[in-house]
Amino acid sequence: MHFLHGFLLFLEVKMKILVIGGGIVGSLLTKELSKYENIDVTLVEANYDLGAGVTKANSAILHGGYDDEPSTLRAKLCARGNKMYDDLVDELGVPVQRTGSLVVSEGNDGDKKKIIELYKRGIANGVSGMKIVEGEELRKIEPYLSPVFKYGLYCSSAGITEPWIVAINSGRLAESNGAEIMLGDRVVGGLVRNKRAVSAVLNSGKKIQADIFINCAGLYYEEIAKYFDVEVEKVLLRKGEYLLLDKAAKQFVNGVIFPLPTKMGKGKLILPTIDGGVFLGPTSEDLKSFDPEDLATTRNGLEEILKSSDELVPGISKFNWIIKSFAGLRPETEGKDFIIKRDEEISNFITVGGIRSPGLTAAPAISEYVINEILNGQMNIKLIKKEKIVERIPAKIRVREESFERISELIEKDELYGRIICQCNQVSEREIVDAVHSGARTIESVKLRTRAGFGRCQGGFCTWKVAKIISRETGIELEELIMNNENSYLLEGKVR
Amino acid sequence: MNRKITCVMCPVGCRITVEMNGDEPVISGNRCTRGRQYVIDELIKPKRVLTTSVKVEDGDLPLVSVKTSGPIEKKIIMDKMKEIKKKTVGAPVKIGEIIIENIDGNGVDLLATRKVKKIHK
Amino acid sequence: MMKGINTDVLVIGGGAGGMAAALSAAREKSDVILLERENSTGGVLNQCIHNGFGLHFYKEELTGPEFADKLFNEMTLDRVNIISESYVSEVDVENKTVRVLSPDGAYEIYAKAIVIATGARERPFGALMIPGDRPSGIYTAGLAQRFVNLENRLPGKRALILGSGDIGLIMARRLVLEGMKVEAVVERMPFPGGLLRNIVQCLEDYNIPLYLSHTVTKTVGRGRLEKVEVSEVDENYNPIPGTEKIYDVDTLILSAGLIPQVEDISDSLQLDRVNKGYAVSNSCETNIDGIYAAGNNVAVFDLVDYVAAEGWVAGRHAALKSKGGENNTEKYPVIRGKNVSILVPSYIDFNESLRLYLRISKPIEHGRVILKELNIEKKFVDGVPSEMIQMVLNKKKMELIREKGGLFVEVVEDE
Ligand SMILES: Cc1cc2nc3c(=O)[nH]c(=O)nc-3n(C[C@H](O)[C@H](O)[C@H](O)COP(=O)(O)OP(=O)(O)OC[C@H]3O[C@@H](n4cnc5c(N)ncnc54)[C@H](O)[C@@H]3O)c2cc1C
Ligand SMILES: Cc1cc2nc3c(=O)[nH]c(=O)nc-3n(C[C@H](O)[C@H](O)[C@H](O)COP(=O)(O)OP(=O)(O)OC[C@H]3O[C@@H](n4cnc5c(N)ncnc54)[C@H](O)[C@@H]3O)c2cc1C
Ligand code: SF4
Repeated sequence: MHFLHGFLLFLEVKMKILVIGGGIVGSLLTKELSKYENIDVTLVEANYDLGAGVTKANSAILHGGYDDEPSTLRAKLCARGNKMYDDLVDELGVPVQRTGSLVVSEGNDGDKKKIIELYKRGIANGVSGMKIVEGEELRKIEPYLSPVFKYGLYCSSAGITEPWIVAINSGRLAESNGAEIMLGDRVVGGLVRNKRAVSAVLNSGKKIQADIFINCAGLYYEEIAKYFDVEVEKVLLRKGEYLLLDKAAKQFVNGVIFPLPTKMGKGKLILPTIDGGVFLGPTSEDLKSFDPEDLATTRNGLEEILKSSDELVPGISKFNWIIKSFAGLRPETEGKDFIIKRDEEISNFITVGGIRSPGLTAAPAISEYVINEILNGQMNIKLIKKEKIVERIPAKIRVREESFERISELIEKDELYGRIICQCNQVSEREIVDAVHSGARTIESVKLRTRAGFGRCQGGFCTWKVAKIISRETGIELEELIMNNENSYLLEGKVR
Repeated sequence: MNRKITCVMCPVGCRITVEMNGDEPVISGNRCTRGRQYVIDELIKPKRVLTTSVKVEDGDLPLVSVKTSGPIEKKIIMDKMKEIKKKTVGAPVKIGEIIIENIDGNGVDLLATRKVKKIHK
Repeated sequence: MMKGINTDVLVIGGGAGGMAAALSAAREKSDVILLERENSTGGVLNQCIHNGFGLHFYKEELTGPEFADKLFNEMTLDRVNIISESYVSEVDVENKTVRVLSPDGAYEIYAKAIVIATGARERPFGALMIPGDRPSGIYTAGLAQRFVNLENRLPGKRALILGSGDIGLIMARRLVLEGMKVEAVVERMPFPGGLLRNIVQCLEDYNIPLYLSHTVTKTVGRGRLEKVEVSEVDENYNPIPGTEKIYDVDTLILSAGLIPQVEDISDSLQLDRVNKGYAVSNSCETNIDGIYAAGNNVAVFDLVDYVAAEGWVAGRHAALKSKGGENNTEKYPVIRGKNVSILVPSYIDFNESLRLYLRISKPIEHGRVILKELNIEKKFVDGVPSEMIQMVLNKKKMELIREKGGLFVEVVEDE
């Protein structure tokens, strides 16, 4: 606390905060911090867009919050975060569908005990909308569920979202409120003097000084901690592989379907995606060594998914519906709980690490916790809200989601709405151009922001069009364009 | 000797049989006379129609697609590609326009197969 | 304000199938509108700059762009109203009302008959469940073809081609001509997926090896593709351990098949289970009165000439229907027998002769197509699944189908 005493005397001097890592956690936190008068916040993200780390590859579930022990941060922040998403819909225009979730079991005595235990835990955690369901009622919720399942826990407050959009739109709102967002630059070192973090060194050579540093680097949180002489719990990486199915599969699934949880996690699920497809997975496999870029899928993993999803909803994987497979990594820690705390030694350094599932759900509550408990509370900074802030960013128009009459009006004002670029998801040129103008520079950024290329042709029809639009709008030559990271160039050069 | 040759002159792709009767090839299985000529060429000097693109300046497209007006000797194709890669034409280009005259030295021309409009910058 | 337009015949999609349909409907003196999503008609023909098109339809050998241009010119002469940059978002098949999105506005078209000719899409990489990294440099053959032939861009330096479909074979040659190294074409099946002539002129001519019963079992590369692992597969297409081979390539081109583009437009149209496209009769009518379909959205055809011929039939019947001149209440099923995979049409009516298209399900050296009801047999030699077998029957010969209540199509293998 020592450094703050002097500091607080000069309230008109802004306190500079550097948030490291623009996943859902870092982005939401930056958005909140940008609302304060006496804070000057900068977010630095290694990728070319926000939400392109763990936030990009997960189940995208807003968990009800009945899985975790009431004493944990996970339990507390998950149930709270779930509720906070209602406000995010309004503030950030992010899509949320409360599809409900269903944990299913065969209904023997042991199973029933576990389901009841989940229910009780949910009550203790303050989860709303739970109900134990049996027989016919179960089938009404999920008509295609295998008949071996007879007993389950339904939770109507659970749902799905589009996690990277939460991160990206948080970034946009934060910028409107004065935050600085640095993309495509990575923290590669830190300077600590007298037990105080002083500055962060970036890959580009830039140095950023700050008064407070917040580590939200996801899988890389140990590395960041090391740069600032902070000791943290070791993370182990646990891979989760997925299959994405065509929209045609959606008729077989209404909400999130879980098997009974095990020690390895919540099991392999079936759930709808926000744009109308279906996810199968994830697997759960510990990586042998720490390799946070290992997003490779495996034959075993994919086969396991097919098998287990068929046990939940028979027939779902037999059809010709698979359009994509991918993997994400979970940061597992021995303590299993989120690690959110101010460092005892380096007292201007805050760790937000080990943010595993239900990290997405909890993320808005994590921001709240950091601000209320740590900044306001432990560090005793009197944060002052700005008098005037941009309260929300306008929801993006998606042609696919508008009525025909409304689209007609839109085109009358702007013909780009009438030029359909991605036909599988009906994404118009206006949506793509807007994404580029709001910062998308890669094929994947455009895809994540607009859903162009997410559909059943997986970009076969539209990749070249998207590439040309990015090139036209930014002046980047086609052969300089990348898919996502630095080395992922698309094209080699000109034919002639 | 009995050899089967797939005719590539059209998508029918006849499997043509050649039997040598002394020095005389006996050809069967071709559904048209082009197939016969193809097989004879294939035995002596194989020929192919070459299709590729040529760079266009000031066009609404960067390339114009081209074809040889008839089959050219297979072994000169890579050489001819080098020549084609150096060639540039100005828009507009009409379909059928000669892009390179007598490209093989045997009267076969390189022809445009697409029209390219001129754009004014 | 939302507009509405009336027409006799509306054609959706301006590829070979749609253009032929529009033209033939116009020749029947109908008012015809053709809607095309792209800014020009032609469909896949525009990027198929190789030759081998049009031998049946135009009796001359053309490249794709030439074929497209000819049809376009004819359509213009016959006053087809071509509206490009128009994406059809929805078809109300019962009321024959189509919703269109275009830079000129969102509007509806009310037609008396509709031909759907939306073509096919390529099977994406993700559908193949190939394990490994997800780097850039993995392209479907059609997308690579688009970049090379229309956008003037090369995809990489060294390529491996997965799948021996025609587009993959054509692209193998194309990339070599443009200076890339093509290491090999690998095919999961024990026989090639493309036409034999393309094996000869695209692979053998350029010494590109073709490995049958092989597949890609892993992709490696954190940014751009760096390597692929290829393995041999057993009869059930499972990789055989110990046969792995690594190729250092920066480009993987997929030619793993086309899928008829039938989703999104309407849920009421019946599909054929095997063809995966619209189930149509020999006059190209779907299960809904006045809605026709032709081309690669019915079944994947290997010749543009077949597509154009079917489009022609579809357009003519749509025109007749729009004038109230035709009634197809009488329909008999065409049933698949053994060794038959793709089979068009699915139904037979008596408004048109019968053009039967089929693919055999495995290579057959000596075989016969048998139409039992009609006492007709057609012999063939060296049959392969990649080459469609076509049979044409006139109306008189078809009479027996009515008596027997359907047509059974099977292929037998002879010694
Ligand atoms: C398989 C799987 C399924 C899951 N399912 C769910 C679910 O259904 N519901 C749910 O609530 N949660 C789920 N989770 C958890 C959830 O996805 C994560 O908790 C959440 O995304 C974590 O967000 P984050 O911001 O901490 O991490 P990240 O999104 O990884 O963000 C960290 C960011 O830091 C950046 N970074 C790293 N190092 C540096 C550096 N040196 N300099 C600059 N930037 C750096 C990275 O590029 C990255 O963008 C799942 C997780 C996994 C893996
Ligand atoms: C790479 C390749 C090589 C080939 N090589 C040969 C060859 O050598 N010889 C040969 O004879 N044949 C060849 N073929 C086969 C033949 O060219 C094709 O089968 C034929 O052109 C397909 O025509 P189509 O009209 O069915 O489909 P397409 O050409 O795909 O046309 C469909 C059209 O519909 C439009 N469309 C789709 N959805 C909508 C919508 N919702 N609204 C508006 N418009 C829409 C599309 O933009 C497209 O223009 C080849 C095919 C391919 C793909
Ligand atoms: S012989 Fe004639 S019909 Fe047969 S493939 Fe050759 S050109 Fe075509």
